[in-house]
Amino acid sequence: MADPVDATGPAVRAGLTRTEQRGRLREGLRAYRLIAGMWIRSTMAYRTSFALTTLGNFVASALDFVAILLMFSRVDALGGYRLPEVAFLYGLSTLSFGLADLAIGSMDRLGRRVRDGTLDTLLVRPAPVLAQVAADRFALRRLGRVTQGLLVTGYALAGLDLHWTPLKLLLMPVMALSGGGIFCAVFVAGAAFQFAAQDASEVQNAFTYGGTTLLQYPPTVFATELVRGVTYVLPLAFVNWLPAAYVLGRPYPLGLPGWTAFASPLVAMVCCALAGVAWRAGLRSYRSTGS
Amino acid sequence: MGAGRLYAAVAAGGFRRYATYRAATLAGVFTNTVFGLILVYTYLALWDERPHLGGYDSAQAVTFVWLGQAFLSTLALGGGGVEDELMERIRTGDIAVDLYRPADLQLWWLSADLGRAVFQLVGRGVVPFLFGVLCFPAALPADPATWLAFAGTLPPAMLVSFGIRYLVALSAFWLLDGAGVVQMAWLAGFFCSGMLLPLNVFPGVLGETVRALPWSSLLQAPADVLLGHADPLGTYAFQGAWAAALLAAGRLVQSLATRRVVVQGG
Repeated sequence: MADPVDATGPAVRAGLTRTEQRGRLREGLRAYRLIAGMWIRSTMAYRTSFALTTLGNFVASALDFVAILLMFSRVDALGGYRLPEVAFLYGLSTLSFGLADLAIGSMDRLGRRVRDGTLDTLLVRPAPVLAQVAADRFALRRLGRVTQGLLVTGYALAGLDLHWTPLKLLLMPVMALSGGGIFCAVFVAGAAFQFAAQDASEVQNAFTYGGTTLLQYPPTVFATELVRGVTYVLPLAFVNWLPAAYVLGRPYPLGLPGWTAFASPLVAMVCCALAGVAWRAGLRSYRSTGS
Repeated sequence: MGAGRLYAAVAAGGFRRYATYRAATLAGVFTNTVFGLILVYTYLALWDERPHLGGYDSAQAVTFVWLGQAFLSTLALGGGGVEDELMERIRTGDIAVDLYRPADLQLWWLSADLGRAVFQLVGRGVVPFLFGVLCFPAALPADPATWLAFAGTLPPAMLVSFGIRYLVALSAFWLLDGAGVVQMAWLAGFFCSGMLLPLNVFPGVLGETVRALPWSSLLQAPADVLLGHADPLGTYAFQGAWAAALLAAGRLVQSLATRRVVVQGG
């Protein structure tokens, strides 16, 4: 693809930087693909173990939905939402989180690498560190959670009595992907935080696993301050709450305007950019254990 | 006499070992508080829809949530007890060193786990519980006798918790890699202890079954005593019977397993 900007001076410099950035991105993706591929081959050496751990991942993920089913065995609605609607929120929250977890879920091991000094090995390799850390121990078994999210979404769609439009149908894959992007940003920001607080990797779970659990329930269940926090501070509401409000024809949380349902891709991009800044700051502050 | 001192020292070591990682403990307190916060709103919505569900009122449901967060790491309901290390020692063969020690294997690991449990209760459990009952309308008993009766349910709960995890760990003698068993045990524990949802909310026969299983000694039984829903003596008897049965089973499996151990030379 030819770049139309072909002038002298700053434009050339900017153009060069952009090409460099694009090259670096391509390089990172290539490294990620190679490392992830290696881990997949290594996983496939023990196929039974792979099948069992994937099933385990599926069941562990399904446990939360079992809790919701048990609740609905005693009540007809929760926070004014009926079972198929809650299942819709659950399915898309789990699917988004599952995709992020599959892609870069092993990043919470970074604290350990900082502690035992093995991060140094990654620093001397000729590939972007973020790509290496993200693909480290790539776990294909995490497809279990993705599958579970997909199944519950299917269950929800079968039970929902909605007037479907092409826009609503299009919004669903957009939700899943932007939601995955937002959760990826949380993973990367969490990893960046671990440069500072090596032992405290568990804090990240509050936002990743805690975040997906929160989004599995309707926003009407939670206190307004909490909803405000996950909309304006950590914009998890854009993963499913806001787009789902449009699809389900429900009032928007916090009385937000209707266009916010379509803002998820933009929010995901901003989140990823901010997480990238945090990651670079974290990596710059890294000091080897020296042992 | 000397033996008692030995196991007390092992327990103290277990306590100190976990107490060393202050940042990790703080992180755990934070995470448990966040999860409690999310759960408490879902429970409040549930009880708002159906007051007196399972015989609890909404204030009692709030107490139940925060008790669960306090017990999560104490009773290793989400994993993370001494069993991980024990399994690794069985897998690598280091267990042979443990068997040569002039100490009983089961009592050694039990002491280490009790030390860990007491630290997790004090270090990780108390703060989320206090935060929860202060920030939300919670039901707490006014008379000290109920608190004392509740405190009495903790030691047997710790014994039952260890009893289950010790059996899980010993499976590594046969399986070598116990990851699958650990995961199954974790799922069963989460589901059957009340962590997922209070067991008195479970419908019909399912509810009766899970309440009879050992896992209900971990969270449901102490919570029921604290909330004045169960007779303490009956609860102790239930917990004690499961603790005795599980520890005896652990001893039996241990004797079977140690007869099988082949320490590799090389």
